[in-house]
Amino acid sequence: MKSARGQKRLSSILINGGLALLVLIWLIPVIGLLVSSFRDRFDLQTSGWWSIFPHKEWQVTRTIDPKELGLDASAPMQIEGTTATFEELRLGVTTPDGERLQWIGNRRLGTIEVQEQVWTMNLDFTLDNYRQVWGGKDFEYKRPDGTVEIIRGDDFSVALFNSLAVSIPGTVIPILIAAFAAYGFAWMTFPGRKFLFILVIALLVVPLQIALVPILRDYSKLGLNGTFLAIWLAHTGFGLPLATYLLFNYISTLPRETLESAFIDGASHFTVFTRLILPLSIPALASFAIFQFLWVWNDYLIALIFLGSDPNYQVVTMRLANIVGDRGQDWHLLTAGAFLTMILPLTVFFSLQRYFVRGMLAGSVKG
Amino acid sequence: MRYFEQRAGREPLGLGARIITFVFRLGLAIIIPLVAFYILYQGFLFLRAGDAPKGVITLIAIIWGVGGVALLYWIFNWLVELLPTEWTARLQPFVFVGPAMAILAWYLALPTVRNLWISFFGRDGPPSLSLGLLFSNPGEFFSLIAVNTVGLNNYVAVFTDRLMREAFRNNIFFWIMIATPLTVITGLLVAVLADRSKYEKVAKSLIFMPMAISFVGASVIWNFIYEVKPVGSPQIGLLNAIVVGFGGQPQAWPAYTAIAPWNNLFLVVIVIWLQAGYTMVLFSAAIKGIPEEILEAARVDGATEVQVFFRIMIPHIMGTIITVTTTVIIFTLKIFDVVWVMTGGQFGTDVIATQFYRQSFIARNAGYGSAIAIVLLIAVIPVMIYNLKQFREGQAF
Repeated sequence: MKSARGQKRLSSILINGGLALLVLIWLIPVIGLLVSSFRDRFDLQTSGWWSIFPHKEWQVTRTIDPKELGLDASAPMQIEGTTATFEELRLGVTTPDGERLQWIGNRRLGTIEVQEQVWTMNLDFTLDNYRQVWGGKDFEYKRPDGTVEIIRGDDFSVALFNSLAVSIPGTVIPILIAAFAAYGFAWMTFPGRKFLFILVIALLVVPLQIALVPILRDYSKLGLNGTFLAIWLAHTGFGLPLATYLLFNYISTLPRETLESAFIDGASHFTVFTRLILPLSIPALASFAIFQFLWVWNDYLIALIFLGSDPNYQVVTMRLANIVGDRGQDWHLLTAGAFLTMILPLTVFFSLQRYFVRGMLAGSVKG
Repeated sequence: MRYFEQRAGREPLGLGARIITFVFRLGLAIIIPLVAFYILYQGFLFLRAGDAPKGVITLIAIIWGVGGVALLYWIFNWLVELLPTEWTARLQPFVFVGPAMAILAWYLALPTVRNLWISFFGRDGPPSLSLGLLFSNPGEFFSLIAVNTVGLNNYVAVFTDRLMREAFRNNIFFWIMIATPLTVITGLLVAVLADRSKYEKVAKSLIFMPMAISFVGASVIWNFIYEVKPVGSPQIGLLNAIVVGFGGQPQAWPAYTAIAPWNNLFLVVIVIWLQAGYTMVLFSAAIKGIPEEILEAARVDGATEVQVFFRIMIPHIMGTIITVTTTVIIFTLKIFDVVWVMTGGQFGTDVIATQFYRQSFIARNAGYGSAIAIVLLIAVIPVMIYNLKQFREGQAF
C-alpha cells in the first residue's frame, strides 16, 4: 500500500521535475532577452544578464602602493604573506585567507588591489534602451563617465503602426476571400467545381519563393511597389490555399438542413453566407485569423521584398533586422527592439491561445 | 407610391414602365460601382502619398483594406443579382469563387509556370517575346528562344554546383534527419509528461510560446546566447559563459567553421526551440484521444510505463506522428529566415532557400535562381501528397 503511494509520488516528482526543467530551458532564452533589455548598455557589454542574481564577485577593499612597501617588480615579491612575481600578480593571486591580490597598471607606476569575494546583485535597471529604440528623434544618453551622447532613435513606434496596418488587413482580407471561395466550393454548383478545388489544394506545394520575382516585376509595372495593397495581396495570395482548404473543411460540415430551410425561405446565397455561414464559422475563422495574424506580423521575407526599404513604411521585423545588420553589437538596442516586436504577438497568443491551438490542430502546412 | 404598389401587386407593367425600370437599373448598375471604385482609388492614392500622421494612415489603411474588399464583394454580388434569376444562378458562384481563383492564378499558378519558363534560360532570363511575333514571324520567334536557351544546364548546375550540394547536404542531413526527429521527439516527450502532470496547461503554454516569436526576434535571442567576447573579458553570452566556466575556449558558435559542418547544429537548436510547441500540441491532442481503458488494462496486466508508451501509445498515434513529421519536413525544406539572419548562409550553413535568394536577388542570375525554386517545389510535392493523404484520413476541426 505504502510503496504504491510512494511510487506514485516518486513518479509524480520525476514527471513534474522533468517538465519543470524542460520549461525552464525553454524560457531561459526569453528571460535573458527580457532582463537584458532593461539593463544599462555599459553593463550589458561587460557582464552577463545572470549577474542580476546573487553571486560572488571580486570587489576591491583596499589598494597597496608597491613603492611604499619598497617592492621590486622585477623579482618575486613578498606581500601579505604570499610570494608572487609581477606576471602572476597581473592575473591575480589568491592569498591563503581568501583574498586576492591583483596588480593594476604597468610595472613602474601601478598599484596592487586587495579584493574580496562579496555577494552582490547587479540591479541597475533602466528604461533608456526602450526610449532610444522607440522614438525617432535624437536621444540623450549619459555615459558612465558623465559625458552626454546624442543618438538618433530607431523609430520603432512608426514601425509598430506599420505592422498593424499590414497585419490586420493582411489577416482579414485572406480570410474573407477564402471564406467566400470555401462557401462557393461547398454549397454552390458550377462547372469545373471539382477541378478548380483540386487546383487550389495543389497550389499548397508552391513555396512562396517562386512567386517573388514575377510578382515584383508585375508590381513595378503597376506602380504598386512599396504600398500596403501590394503586401496585403501578397499575403492573401500565399495564404489562400491553406485558408480555403481549412474553411472548406469546416463549412462543408455545417448541417445541410439549416441552409436548405434558409433557401426555402427565399434567402439568396449572399444572405445565407453573411447571415448564417459567417456567424456559424466563427470558431474556424478565429482560429485561422490568429494563426494568420501571427504569421503576417512576424513575417520578414515578404515585407523585405514587397514593402521595400523606405523607413517610413518598414514593419517591425525589418526594423529589427536592420539593427542586427547595422549595429549587431548594440545588444541594448537589439534586446529592447526584439521585445517590442514580441509584445503584441505574445499578448495575442496568450489571450487567444485556445483558438490558436485549434488552428494548429486543423493541420498547418504553412510555408 | 402607386407605381410601387403596382409592382408589389405583380400586375404586368406597360412597355414604357419596363423600359424606364431597365434604364434606371442599368444606370444604377454603372454609377454605384464607378463611385465605389473612385472612392477606393482615392483611398489608395492617399495611402501611397503617406503624408498624414502615422496613426491616421494606419487606421485608414485598415478600414480601406478590409472595407474595400467587403464593399467589392457586395457590389459584384448586387450586380449579379440584378440580372434575371437564371443568369444570377450561373454567375454568382464566380462572384464567390472568382476573386480567390484570380488571386491564386496571379500569385501562385502563373509564377510557377513563369519560373519554369525562366529556368531554361541564362542569367538574364528569357528574351522578350510577344505573341504577335509568334504569328507574324514564327521562325524568328523560335530562333530567339533557341539562341538564348541553356536547356537543362541550370538544372545540372543545381545538382553539381558546390554551394548547392552543400545546401542539399545541410537540408537533408541536418534539417531533415536531425532537426525533424528531435523536434518531433521533444514535442512528444513534453506532451506525454504534461498529460500526467498537474501543471499541464501552464507547461504546454510556455513551451508553445516561442511559436509566437518572429524568426528575426528568435535570431536576436539566440545570437545573444551565442555571443562571444575575447578571451579574458567577461562573457555575456550564456553558452560561452558556461563553456568558459568549465574551462573551455569561447567561440562564435554558429560561425565556428573549425567544426563545420557541425556548427549547423547551433541553428538546428533554434528551430527545435521554435517548433517543438507545434508538435507538442498535435501530440497532446492525439494522446488524449487514446481510450483510457486500453491503457488501464495494460497497466493492470503489469506493463511498465515504458512498455505502455512504446507498445500501445505510439501505434495508436502513428497517424499523427506521420502527419507531424511530414509537416516539419516540409517546413525544414523551405527554411530561410533563421539561417539568413543568423549566418547569411555562410560558414557552411547554406540551405536551398538561402541559395535561391542569393542567386536570384544578389547575384541576379534569373535562370539559375528559378531552377533552384523549381527543384524546391518538386522536392516538396511528394511529402505534401503524403501529408495531405494522412490528414484526410484523420480529422479536421
